[in-house]
Amino acid sequence: MRFLFKTRYDQDIDLARHAGDRLWYGLLLALLVIAPAWLPEYWLAQLTFVLIYGVVGVGLMLLAGYTGLFSLGHAAFLGVGAYTETVLASMGWPFPLSLAAATALSAAVGAIVGLPALRVKGIYLAIATLAFGFIVEEILARWESVTGGNAGKIVPTLDVFGWKADTPASFYFVCLVVAVIATLAVLNLLRAPTGRAFVAIRDSEISAQSMGIHLARYKTLSFMVSAALAGVGGALYAHQIRFLSPDQFGILQSIDLLLMIVIGGLGSIHGAFLGALFLITMPQLITLGKDYLPGAVAEATGLQAFVYGIVLIAFVLFEPMGLYGRWLKLRTWFDLFPFYRAGMFRRQKSFQKSDRLR
Amino acid sequence: MSDLLLSARDLTVRFGGVLAVNGVSFDVPRGGVFTLIGPNGAGKTTVFNLISRIYTPTSGTIEFDGVRIDRSPPHRIADLGIARTFQNIELFEHATVLQNLLIGRHMHRRSGFWSELVFAPDVRRAERETRRKVEEVIDFLDLQHYRDTMVAGLPYGVRKVVELARALCMEPRLLLLDEPSSGLNVEETGDMAFWIEDIRDDLGITVLMVEHDMSLVSKVSDRVLAMNQGEVLAVGTPAQVQNDPSVVEAYLGTADDATSLRRVA
Repeated sequence: MRFLFKTRYDQDIDLARHAGDRLWYGLLLALLVIAPAWLPEYWLAQLTFVLIYGVVGVGLMLLAGYTGLFSLGHAAFLGVGAYTETVLASMGWPFPLSLAAATALSAAVGAIVGLPALRVKGIYLAIATLAFGFIVEEILARWESVTGGNAGKIVPTLDVFGWKADTPASFYFVCLVVAVIATLAVLNLLRAPTGRAFVAIRDSEISAQSMGIHLARYKTLSFMVSAALAGVGGALYAHQIRFLSPDQFGILQSIDLLLMIVIGGLGSIHGAFLGALFLITMPQLITLGKDYLPGAVAEATGLQAFVYGIVLIAFVLFEPMGLYGRWLKLRTWFDLFPFYRAGMFRRQKSFQKSDRLR
Repeated sequence: MSDLLLSARDLTVRFGGVLAVNGVSFDVPRGGVFTLIGPNGAGKTTVFNLISRIYTPTSGTIEFDGVRIDRSPPHRIADLGIARTFQNIELFEHATVLQNLLIGRHMHRRSGFWSELVFAPDVRRAERETRRKVEEVIDFLDLQHYRDTMVAGLPYGVRKVVELARALCMEPRLLLLDEPSSGLNVEETGDMAFWIEDIRDDLGITVLMVEHDMSLVSKVSDRVLAMNQGEVLAVGTPAQVQNDPSVVEAYLGTADDATSLRRVA
């Protein structure tokens, strides 16, 4: 077990808490950098998807996990980013510029969608964002001159001032760089006053307000950053999938995204990536598992949705802290072996909630 | 600079048909501890919520250090130098004690959004400074032991102190304490009395509090205001107010009430 003796404030401020952190995250990054050399092409494509969904997940995590605002329309931001990127890339814009435009447009749309969040919360906000998701899906289908409507739209190859990411490996590196930058930016935000203001709003609005936190400004900011990251993810998604149609950005995608961060573990950046890993590998595992199931079950429609549902219910019931929470417990178990107790992570119940100010 | 820090004039709040606060006027002098007392439902907490702008007065004015605050937005109150605690503890539960106190320094932040995204050197400098200030408060209130503990796992008495610490991190000029001793045992209440005196004497912060525990009130208060049913009964030193006939009547009833009760029995 490791004991940390803090002698400088920087030890709390730095992202890496100790040398071990630097070692393990360095190894992970090295492994990701050399991934194209040893991963088969199919699995490299899946890893690229994990990175893309990870970026979107980090954005949604900031909104839902850290600010406490749940969005059921996040696929719409993904769609705004994807279509903006596709339209601009078709017009010959280089990738950095079109990505910036896609990000900015998503953020602007996020600011507008954030408006109801200033008045409603919880289930009502979920319904408002759900409605927004339907509106965007409808716009994508009907605005045929720009989006190509339900016939779809072909995405050109990613082009950075003449350099083309036309192989899976080169595109994978683009995604890796974007994912690392996005994650670092969010981590930086979270360790600064802005991130703390988000957490304050999540835990007690009334108290946050009396600390001088401008609720409307920070809620809007959270929505904008979250939407911007979804837009970045959408732009990458467009190049990865190569063909866009409106139905990719519907309610099912939104639910997938929410599912991803809940299963990954709300309130942790690790959770966003673990959730993305789960979201991408689960269908593969189900496909592999089909060979061992009796024919009637394996061929049944909705098998995947069924398994997803079961897994989600299991997580909500048995592991509300998600995959990352499970990992924390496992690590603590090894840290404290043999002194781990079953109730160590149980939350103390608070009986003060009934007459709290709203 | 006048020696009045806060003055309320003819404050009235109506919730539908209920007159929660009715024409209340009072002045809080700079320095010292000013206490609001009164039976349950007297309107003490409502007055607090008016000052911290959770409620808007139906009529009347509140001036803080010469500035009208009864119409300013709630988050501006902190910037003016008013901090508060809550009757039922409103801490950020899923954060550590240290993080809670850091949020208390929010109004003193200097970094902008873009420099925070890249965590520029000036953000790091500001963060170090923030932590140094927070450590001063931790030392002041003896919270070293709990620095990295999650609030959700802390006992009630400690949470009360953490909430006080968070308010002090704001470096306010006026500190509003809503029942600082509620839910505390005798020893913890004693500690709280010491801290309130220290806050007044060492930090020079004016304290305005609502309190039921009369021993704490008479120990630390410089002035006391008694309220009942939304109106002011008496203002003065703790002893004066405690002996005021109208205050005695509000708490215990009159001699006539007692005799009439006896007759019924």
